[in-house]
Amino acid sequence: MNKTFFHVVKRDDMPLWKAWLIRGATIIIAILLVGIISTVVTGKGFGETYEKMFLGVFGRLFEGKTTMLWKYLQDIAILLSLALALTPAFKMKFWNCGAEGQALMGGLASIICMIELGDKLSYPLLIATIAVTSMLAGALWGVIPAIFKAVFNTNETLFTLMMNYIATQIIAYYVYIKGGGSNVINPVAAGNFPAVGNNKYFVNIVIVAAITVAMFIYLKYSKQGYEISVVGESHNTARYIGIDVKKVIIRTMIISGALCGITGMLLVAGTDHSININSVGGQGFTAILMSWLGQFNPFIMVIMTAIVVFLRLGVAKVADSAQLNSSFSEIMVGIVILMLVGCEFFIHYSIKFNKHKKEVAE
Amino acid sequence: MIIQFICRAILLGVPLLYGSTGEILTEKSGHLNLGIPGTMYVGAISGVVGSFLYENACGNDIANMNPFLAVIIPLVCALVGASLMGLIYCFLTVTLHANQNVTGLALTTLGIGLGNFLGASLINITKSELPSIALTKTSSFFSAKLPFAEKLGWFGELFLSHDFLTYLAIVIAVVATIVLKRTRVGLNLRAVGENPATADAAGINVTKYKYFATCIGSAIAGLGGLQYVMSYASGVWSNNAFGDRGWMAIALVIFALWNPSIAIIGAFAFGALCNANNYIQGLGTETQELFKMLPYVVTIIVLIITSMRKKREYQPPESLGLPYFREER
Repeated sequence: MNKTFFHVVKRDDMPLWKAWLIRGATIIIAILLVGIISTVVTGKGFGETYEKMFLGVFGRLFEGKTTMLWKYLQDIAILLSLALALTPAFKMKFWNCGAEGQALMGGLASIICMIELGDKLSYPLLIATIAVTSMLAGALWGVIPAIFKAVFNTNETLFTLMMNYIATQIIAYYVYIKGGGSNVINPVAAGNFPAVGNNKYFVNIVIVAAITVAMFIYLKYSKQGYEISVVGESHNTARYIGIDVKKVIIRTMIISGALCGITGMLLVAGTDHSININSVGGQGFTAILMSWLGQFNPFIMVIMTAIVVFLRLGVAKVADSAQLNSSFSEIMVGIVILMLVGCEFFIHYSIKFNKHKKEVAE
Repeated sequence: MIIQFICRAILLGVPLLYGSTGEILTEKSGHLNLGIPGTMYVGAISGVVGSFLYENACGNDIANMNPFLAVIIPLVCALVGASLMGLIYCFLTVTLHANQNVTGLALTTLGIGLGNFLGASLINITKSELPSIALTKTSSFFSAKLPFAEKLGWFGELFLSHDFLTYLAIVIAVVATIVLKRTRVGLNLRAVGENPATADAAGINVTKYKYFATCIGSAIAGLGGLQYVMSYASGVWSNNAFGDRGWMAIALVIFALWNPSIAIIGAFAFGALCNANNYIQGLGTETQELFKMLPYVVTIIVLIITSMRKKREYQPPESLGLPYFREER
């Protein structure tokens, strides 16, 4: 009768603790797998690999040196802020693949303000101008695809993707003009974020922490957050209960783009004080994965980004110490994410073996 | 100069044509594979590794190399490497019902990392001064041209002077169109992409069609990466040189309205746009940077126009991007 040995059944609802047990186990297995692969590839000892990984991320933390730790937190903050920016759009099932371009445009606005207005405005006014213009620039880059999505149902995945490359070329153009033919803009002194106690990353990290909490509240407790989730479930349901779907799409993408613009500001005014076409460095794409793995929950996203940045920095260090290319860490991050994507299957479905059933049928 | 411009456009367009033909097949089965950029990287680097090993086995001497093997080894490597990427994508999205966009993006991260890592490792092995690896000998076999092409003047240069992978790309695109539109297999595949539940009820093995369409599509896309390294870059691999061509191939699918034959013209038009900045007189370097955004702007315009004209045959497959679970009906 039934020739297969098993069939797959959709689970109704797995208890939350059980789901996280599966995810947690997958993360542990994935990190072990990364260790094993790294050990095989580098030919170093298993323990040594993890030691290098830890050193690559935290440095000599136990000897009181916190430089590496702050760098780690900064990297988490940047990736996290992009993931947070994308989350309202994803919750609405709007595939914003344009975080890269939106952040670049925000960064461009920041650097223009820093160069052109640096000696004309007082410091607080300059910072305020930078913040407002970079948010506007990011929002503009995000809202263009949203308007076409809302009006004509234009495919947003590809539209936002193409906007990335247009942004890249605009940056290349600007860098060429301002760099005087070279591909470098020298760090600009005006409009930098203040360093707190010699720590230039502190302000960035605090801003992202504030965004994390705000985004959690916005999605969970605000009326707009509720509208986003209804639109994400079904456009028709949203229309029946009187939600203006077009307005929600456009408004959400303005927020998403503006937050990406803030990330651009953090990168330019808060970190590099300069810009180039690789300022965001492909993190816009990793952020998509982070947002999805975080299940639209900002606090889970913090954990996920912390793990991924740990692997990225740590494995790069391991590869580096064995004279291997640091792209090795990208492979490992890819494997870990694919495993996490795969493990969702065991949360949402269960496998039932048919053996017993068959005997009954016979 | 116009002839030269067109030939260059064709050369630049071929990787896009392979990529978009592969992606069209995949999308016709209802799967939006955003892993294509990574798959093309893997196809390229697999071919590079294959030909690197073969060149070394022959003592790096062109006299020892068998032209047939020199071509077939990288070709098979590229096909196998790229299909494996397709297989991973399929296993996750078809069997494990994972989210297609997320899986695809993760595969792209993985594929680009793999390409750069293996590329850098080969560069390390050869201890070369430059950050690239040159397989010019293998490339010379790949870019072998018809001997009488040069004698036929502009006609020969325009139509007969290309490498065999260019002709293969066009043949594959035409065959794919015929298979999709004129055969039972194509009809079944389109049914799977439009409405898998109905296709399933009609006795079509949905899973099998999805697997085959995605793996064959990925293999075809992988050839695009190989063509880029062996013909366009004359056998020189350097990290990240392939760039964003994979994304453009995906955009081209929409430009081509899910028809591989239109993709042929689209790919060459994209190639021309990518190259226009080098052929317009009197452009400064900074204006050239602005001109490089042309292909993307055109893609966006095409996207908007196709979404405004709601003609049924111009729409994506009905269930594109949606997972199919048999027991959920």
